Amino acid sequence: MTEPTIYELSSAGRIGVRYPESDVPAFDIPDEFIRTDLPLPELSEVDVVRHFTHLSTMNYSIDRGLYPLGSCTMKYNPKINEVTSRLPGFANIHPLQPIETVQGNLALMYNLQEQLKEISGFAAVSLQPAAGAQGEFVGVKIIRAYHQSRGDTRRTRILIPDSAHGTNPATSAMNGLEVIPIPSDSRGNVDLVKLHELCDETVAGLMLTNPNTLGVFDENVIEVIETVHKSGGLVYGDGANLNALLGITRPGDLGFDVMHFNLHKTFSTPHGGGGPGSGPVGVAPHLVDFLPAPIVSIVEEATDEVPPLYGFTIPAKTIGRVKAFCGQFGVMVRAFTYIRMHGADGLRKVSEYAVLNANYILSKIRRKYTLPYNRSYMHEFVVEGCWSDAPDVHALDVAKRLMDYDFHPPTNYFPLIVHEALMIEPTETESKQVLDKFADALLKIAEEAHSSPELLKEAPHHTPVGRLDEVKAAKELVLCCWLPDRN
Amino acid sequence: MFIPHTKAETEEMLKSIGVCNLADLFADVPEKYRFPRLNLPSGVTEMEVLSELEDYSQANEPVSELVSFLGAGAYNHYIPAVIDSLLRRGEFYTAYTPYQPEISQGTLQAVFEFQSLISNLTGMDASNASHYDGATATAEAGVMAYHHFRGKRTRIILSPAVHPQYREVLCSYLCNYENISIETGSKEKGPFENPSELIPLIDDQTALVVVQYPDFFGRIFDYRILAEKVHENGALLAVVANPTALGLIKAPGEFGADIVVGEGQPLGIPLSYGGPYLGFFATKKDLVRKMSGRLVGETTDAQGRRGYVLTLTAREQHIRREKATSNICTNQGLMTLAATIYLSLLGRHGLKQVANLCYQKAHYAAQQISTIPGFELVNKEPFFHEFVVKCPKPVGEINRDLLDNGILGGYDLGIDYPQLKNHMLVAVTEMNSKDDIDVFVELLREAGND
Repeated sequence: MTEPTIYELSSAGRIGVRYPESDVPAFDIPDEFIRTDLPLPELSEVDVVRHFTHLSTMNYSIDRGLYPLGSCTMKYNPKINEVTSRLPGFANIHPLQPIETVQGNLALMYNLQEQLKEISGFAAVSLQPAAGAQGEFVGVKIIRAYHQSRGDTRRTRILIPDSAHGTNPATSAMNGLEVIPIPSDSRGNVDLVKLHELCDETVAGLMLTNPNTLGVFDENVIEVIETVHKSGGLVYGDGANLNALLGITRPGDLGFDVMHFNLHKTFSTPHGGGGPGSGPVGVAPHLVDFLPAPIVSIVEEATDEVPPLYGFTIPAKTIGRVKAFCGQFGVMVRAFTYIRMHGADGLRKVSEYAVLNANYILSKIRRKYTLPYNRSYMHEFVVEGCWSDAPDVHALDVAKRLMDYDFHPPTNYFPLIVHEALMIEPTETESKQVLDKFADALLKIAEEAHSSPELLKEAPHHTPVGRLDEVKAAKELVLCCWLPDRN
Repeated sequence: MFIPHTKAETEEMLKSIGVCNLADLFADVPEKYRFPRLNLPSGVTEMEVLSELEDYSQANEPVSELVSFLGAGAYNHYIPAVIDSLLRRGEFYTAYTPYQPEISQGTLQAVFEFQSLISNLTGMDASNASHYDGATATAEAGVMAYHHFRGKRTRIILSPAVHPQYREVLCSYLCNYENISIETGSKEKGPFENPSELIPLIDDQTALVVVQYPDFFGRIFDYRILAEKVHENGALLAVVANPTALGLIKAPGEFGADIVVGEGQPLGIPLSYGGPYLGFFATKKDLVRKMSGRLVGETTDAQGRRGYVLTLTAREQHIRREKATSNICTNQGLMTLAATIYLSLLGRHGLKQVANLCYQKAHYAAQQISTIPGFELVNKEPFFHEFVVKCPKPVGEINRDLLDNGILGGYDLGIDYPQLKNHMLVAVTEMNSKDDIDVFVELLREAGND
């Protein structure tokens, strides 16, 4: 099943939408600026609706079934979020309106900042970063700015455990810091001996993902953080795995100095086929002045008669602006809706059941899949997708075969420290029945890997296309289609 | 609600794991910091949360209940019903990044079509799958140019008529690069300098020159000579373009841009207080491999069926790690879908028609305002749908009067340019009728008389 492209569907002279005629006198456009060639397709409204509806049926989605991508927190996206974020009083607000006309938005942003502070234990939060990776960029930039503000210019290195998120090294490099990897110990924790060895006056900080990408909570987290602090460095927390910690523990209490949140993971806002995300950043008291500007504050306190006036303020030593306007506001409305519906008890339940679900799948499949670290896991876990007595089969084949059972595969080949990794994160919104079916599919596939490996090698069998030739894609590099008359 | 477990199921699952209760699952968390009591209001039902959120939203004054002449980087355009109807398909919005192409062809083909539409619209050879917004796309152009010259060219020259927030973001992104020097125009000429005045600044240390088209003040310039001078010095030219305008005026590819970036919000994306929006990024063929962000490419499966995959991933952060030039992963997926549907629906005729309506109405408004005593149309150059008006008193004061009459006035340029106190940037789109414009002009006239 292939769907033609919009350019192939184009038919000269077709109109998709009509606009009113101009109601003002005509003004000429200088000839030298006029565009003579506008190579866009020509389609009717029906053409467009059918085309994109066809495309949608070629996608797997959470609304269809389990999406156990490790580190991606693919939980169910409540439908009410889509209603609240589209309320006309939110959707039709211009970002540069006077603050007196947007008090509802500012109050919501202020309260979301307060909620995130309470959930994480940090002193202040900026909602500006557009996604997790930008939140990371901001976090590390703040660490760098903190050292520079103290005249401490020697700190040019940053420590990153081999179990950290994949974006961390690029983030550090963007901030001009040298990346020093730290190995994990035999239980998947940060290697303390190595950490003590590396911590000196050249270290700006440590980027710690906890629980890490193996899905384990670092048993020595307090000592790890204290070690870095003693050497004068700061600790950045990668909040991508916060879904394991709501009401369980607060990164700020553990001693983290700065952390980003992923509203599109932990707080249920949809992933949209690759975005938009939102990556707010929380900081401990000594870093409040460095947050990106502006942040939402109360600029005039409430009185008996009038509510407070919300506005923007600029932190004294701000690292500047990282995005135009006020951040991913529509995403914030969704996250706020979710937090309000849960409250403290509901949020703790989210993490409890996220961890329960992961450990439950693990309990069902561990006799057939190799587990690199034999200990308890948090909201996700990693197993090896290969067997020594089925040498032809790889994690990729297991992943592709899962599609035949109508499941989205787990993250594969990450983290890099596990051989043929399959990283499984079910989230709390999956029922026992769904998890049982998924575990059964994994067990069946483990059996097939030995009895009929070709079933795995040739998988998937029932998808719109089979395995695609990625080498050809990179070599021929066809990135666009054009109207037939070009070339 | 969203957690389906019954008590009996939970018990059974705990038993399978071999623990007694849910709390036992968290033994690795230091006891002292385990299970903090969060001070948050109790959770509410869907019915209650909707009412609460309606209260917040009603404390705002939305553009839909006003007549707006505010632009400055975000524009009030009509969004045909088709777009949100398709965006609400759960198959699109509850999918992840298309890492498994066999079950993500819908997203992948839509991104491929987005890349095609942006390439065609900008007159470039290739586009990526998006950046966060126009500001970060502009910053990524700076990053790309710096790496293109391997840090050997360290100067980036920005026109002062590039959106002030975009310039700010570019500085935030690049300020920690070795020896970097970011300059905004020539100091003495001020914000309204012409592109030709950037030419003397360009030398063999220049990596990138950034201009906006139409510029922040709405003006349209022919950048051909500037492009030639940039290229004579071996540097790159980035153009920040308004996608609606490109339905009417020449594509930046025609006058020699190497990189075209911009804000895709005008393409069917709600104003939504500044986000989520859409940064687009397009380049010439020879720079494709230097471009950051995701790319979708066409290929085939073993049976020869056409399909799409994420390609050139070796440039990206998860593979190249600290050698990657950008850490971007999540981008603006659903917003690219909105823009793809918008451009497909409007097509060749519709986009031109919208652009022309904007042009005509803006020129009518400018002409009418220029007849008001005390108000002056500042720029004499051709413009698209925005223009600068010098007012007889502070813009904030005028805007307060306008707001009392249901009109959202233009942007106060004094906020970003101290020399431009009392200067208002007025934006007009197809959403403004002649009657709206006439009322706006009348109110300005009254404000001038006070």
